[in-house]
Amino acid sequence: MGKCMQGYLDEQFMELEELQDDVNPNFVEEVATLYFKDSARLINSIDQALERGSFDFNRLDNYMHQFKGSSTSIGASKVKTECTMFREYCRMGNAEGCLRTFQQVKKEHATLRKKLEHYFQLARQAGPKETARRSK
Amino acid sequence: MVCEMETDQIEEMDVEVLSSMWPDDVGTQADNQFNVEKPAGDSDTLKEVDIAEKRTMADLKRLPELLNTTDQGSSQLTNLVRQWEYMQDHAVRLLREELKILTRQREEAEAKELKIIEEHNFETEEPESVPVLDETSHLFRRFRQKKRDELVDSKRVVIDEEFDTVAYWKQKALSLEKMLEASTERERRLIEKLNESLKTMESHSAPVEELTQNLKRAEGFLHFILQNAPIVMGHQDKDLRYLFIYNKFPSLREQDILGKTGVEIFHGGGVKESEDFKREVLEKGKASKREITFETELFGSKTFLIYVEPVYNKAREKIGINYMGMEVTDQVRKREKMAKLREDNAVRKAMESELTKTIHITEETMRAKQMLATMSHEIRSPLSGVVGMAEILSTTKLDKEQRQLLNVMISSGDLVLQLINDILDLSKVESGVMKLEATKFRPREVVKHVLQTAAASLKKDLTLEGNIADEVPILVVGDVLRIRQILTNLISNAIKFTHRGKVGIKLKVISEPSFASDKEQNETSVWICCDVYDTGIGIPENALPCLFKKYMQASADHARKYGGTGLGLAICKQLVELMGGQLTVTSQVNLGSTFTFILPYKVATSDDHSDDQDEFSDMVDHHQPEPDDTTEGYFQFKALLGSIYSNGGPVMGSNFLPHKAMLTSPIKLINGSVADPSNSSGQSQTVQVENGGYMDESESAHQYGNGNGHRCSYKESESCSSSQASSEMESELTVSSPREEEKTETEVKETSQPKILLVEDNKINIMVAKSMMKQLGYTMDIANNGVEAINAVKDTSYDLVLMDVCMPVMDGLKATRLIRSYEESGNWDAAIEAGVDIKTSESEQGCERSTDRLPIVAMTANTLAESSEECYANGMDSFISKPVTLQKLKECLQQYLQ
Repeated sequence: MGKCMQGYLDEQFMELEELQDDVNPNFVEEVATLYFKDSARLINSIDQALERGSFDFNRLDNYMHQFKGSSTSIGASKVKTECTMFREYCRMGNAEGCLRTFQQVKKEHATLRKKLEHYFQLARQAGPKETARRSK
Repeated sequence: MVCEMETDQIEEMDVEVLSSMWPDDVGTQADNQFNVEKPAGDSDTLKEVDIAEKRTMADLKRLPELLNTTDQGSSQLTNLVRQWEYMQDHAVRLLREELKILTRQREEAEAKELKIIEEHNFETEEPESVPVLDETSHLFRRFRQKKRDELVDSKRVVIDEEFDTVAYWKQKALSLEKMLEASTERERRLIEKLNESLKTMESHSAPVEELTQNLKRAEGFLHFILQNAPIVMGHQDKDLRYLFIYNKFPSLREQDILGKTGVEIFHGGGVKESEDFKREVLEKGKASKREITFETELFGSKTFLIYVEPVYNKAREKIGINYMGMEVTDQVRKREKMAKLREDNAVRKAMESELTKTIHITEETMRAKQMLATMSHEIRSPLSGVVGMAEILSTTKLDKEQRQLLNVMISSGDLVLQLINDILDLSKVESGVMKLEATKFRPREVVKHVLQTAAASLKKDLTLEGNIADEVPILVVGDVLRIRQILTNLISNAIKFTHRGKVGIKLKVISEPSFASDKEQNETSVWICCDVYDTGIGIPENALPCLFKKYMQASADHARKYGGTGLGLAICKQLVELMGGQLTVTSQVNLGSTFTFILPYKVATSDDHSDDQDEFSDMVDHHQPEPDDTTEGYFQFKALLGSIYSNGGPVMGSNFLPHKAMLTSPIKLINGSVADPSNSSGQSQTVQVENGGYMDESESAHQYGNGNGHRCSYKESESCSSSQASSEMESELTVSSPREEEKTETEVKETSQPKILLVEDNKINIMVAKSMMKQLGYTMDIANNGVEAINAVKDTSYDLVLMDVCMPVMDGLKATRLIRSYEESGNWDAAIEAGVDIKTSESEQGCERSTDRLPIVAMTANTLAESSEECYANGMDSFISKPVTLQKLKECLQQYLQ
């Protein structure tokens, strides 16, 4: 994990990096790809739920539970913090808080994506055998 | 008392159409003939009023008499006469005045005439004597007038002839003659007219006729007013016999009323009362009013306002009463209704204010409790963060002082967490949120598990024992989670205050206690008494009363020394009472305490029981009784002292395995072999099987508890002190080793790898966990939710299940509960009941599976909803907090896959 990622990712990401070996050379990127694919779907779902205007906090909390679980798993600490906030607002039934935090979630998510893409690019340049592979 | 009324009552409060007092259809023809009145057709005011009803009945003989003899009667006549006289006087006076005026006019006229005659002294021969009736002044005046006109005419005639001739005078004499004749004629006619009018006058002024008319008018007027009024009037003599009645009940005839008393006419409620009232008025001589309700066959229930006045004759003697009754049934009814409404209103208002008060108080209490619960929730999540972080910190490299500080921090944090959990539990019970579940469970197994769990964290040299009487049913129905919670609470409490000796649980069946309510009884329920005893410091008698109160401990000293929230016993008591039981305590200082709770359980149906017997009969050892949890009545556990790896350490239950040093155990047979029908050596052997000849401490415990071939000898030594444990262990080792090898071979054929199931819905989590497992050298099956997990567990014998808590379809807690329920009952009924579609494909194998405890480890996000306590309460063995790391996973596998 490069310095540029500090603050955005935590030790869990290092866990993932440790799982990467010769047998599984692109493990981290595969996980990250799956994460962004899945989280994009969740963000879309939450977007739609919020647009509907009537705040179904249970539903929102369910989406965010999944989002947070995934973020925790890849060690996306900033996104995770925002997810936690969002769920807290859900529990309090604070619609405005939800809307605000969701913007933060999206922002952090986008930043992380950019940074990770950059990071993988660097990693690929560094080690030629680590070629990115799309997960199925 | 005469009154009687129409039957249809109108209930409206305000304006209503009053129907006639008496029903329309009861009238008879017969009664009309006795009515004296006639319509007062000739009276001016009533000309257009149709007074058809004739309702009066009078004793015609006696009534006039009465009128003559009483004050009232005579005064009325007098009045009438006086009035007539006055009117006559008045007429006379008027006539006289007019006569006077006429006389004066006539005199004036005569004076004038005289003057004229004098002027024409010779020319007119006016007859002087014109008969004039002074009295008829207008006739006279008319006559005068005419005469004057004629005079003027005759003068004109006279002018035609030459004045002062013979012919002239002759003519004049002739015309005057004619005039005289005409005048005489007129005079005669006038006299006739006068006589005529005198005659008419005479006939007109007859007083009797006028009086009669006046009377008729008055009577007509009364009829006009009274004909439709709900009023009855009457007169009764001093014996209260009716002489006169107006507006009587239509069906009564004259002979039914007149001359009779009220009591003779009517029967029913109120008749006597009214009679008495009239008599009273008669005696006292004072008019009076009273409301009387009648209940008669004739007119039903009616209320009358009755006015009675005494009647006196001229000598001031009482001769009877006049009475008037007005029907006020509706009004009375309304009035009573109003009164009742007002009363109800007042009562309701009082109740309302009382209720408001209560609600206010309840609301306050609820709010306070809710706040406490909310605060607890709010505190718990950050606090678990703090404790979690501190725990992570404790795994890092620290110097001695840092570690000490950290330990204090962790233990304080744990205490606060426990306190908060207790508060939440309490408020759950108090607010009625806590729901009890009815599940089948085996009391022996529960006791065993509780003791095993307690033994796992035991840090003292204590013996934990369980003793279950034979008559305690194998399978009962109750809320096993709560019972477990109570047991765990009481046991940990007992351990806390016991420094040496033993802590134990004793179960026995008792007869129904006196406090049990009748409705609870039925044949299938059984009362089980559970003693949790210790040989600890005991409780002084004066501290016993407040023992179960919240936040109370025996003394401040104890609180300092032993810590704790002081809520545990309060929760136990509330839970026991919630389940319809009773929790009591006896204690002797320095000798120990015994907490006893008695609870009613339903006995599971005999079908289940026989199934169990069948199932387990396969496993019965040749000459030994069933060496199984199902019927085993005695367990003993020792604490783990020192290193968990030390051979000589105390014993532990087989299902609660401590960490193993070796990761690469060939097979773990926690579940498998008991189910194997080919295994004739009995259940206890399977538990003995261990990796690489390494003997875990727990085995001996299990051996000890369950008994096998060597059971008898151990049983004898059960009462021995714990110091013998290690020597028993030696012999145990030698016994178990050969069998273990045997077992190992059988198992190797089936599988060479431990079977692990991961229940998780998040794809990323699955990917990461799978990768970690791979690195640790394991593979695993995946289930995406609780339902899939149950189906997987049913079909395959897993050695470990990693269970996410929060999942769609069915969460991990419920899935675990259902799996535990299967282990306890041997069937998946609970799961099927919960709506899980149990596939029957491999049911055969499923049935044969062991009912040994499958290790289930929760994976929690460390949030409120996924508290570790809840995991334990739902039957999970342990938990890993998320995110899952390689290290955590490794530790977990080490603990459960040995």
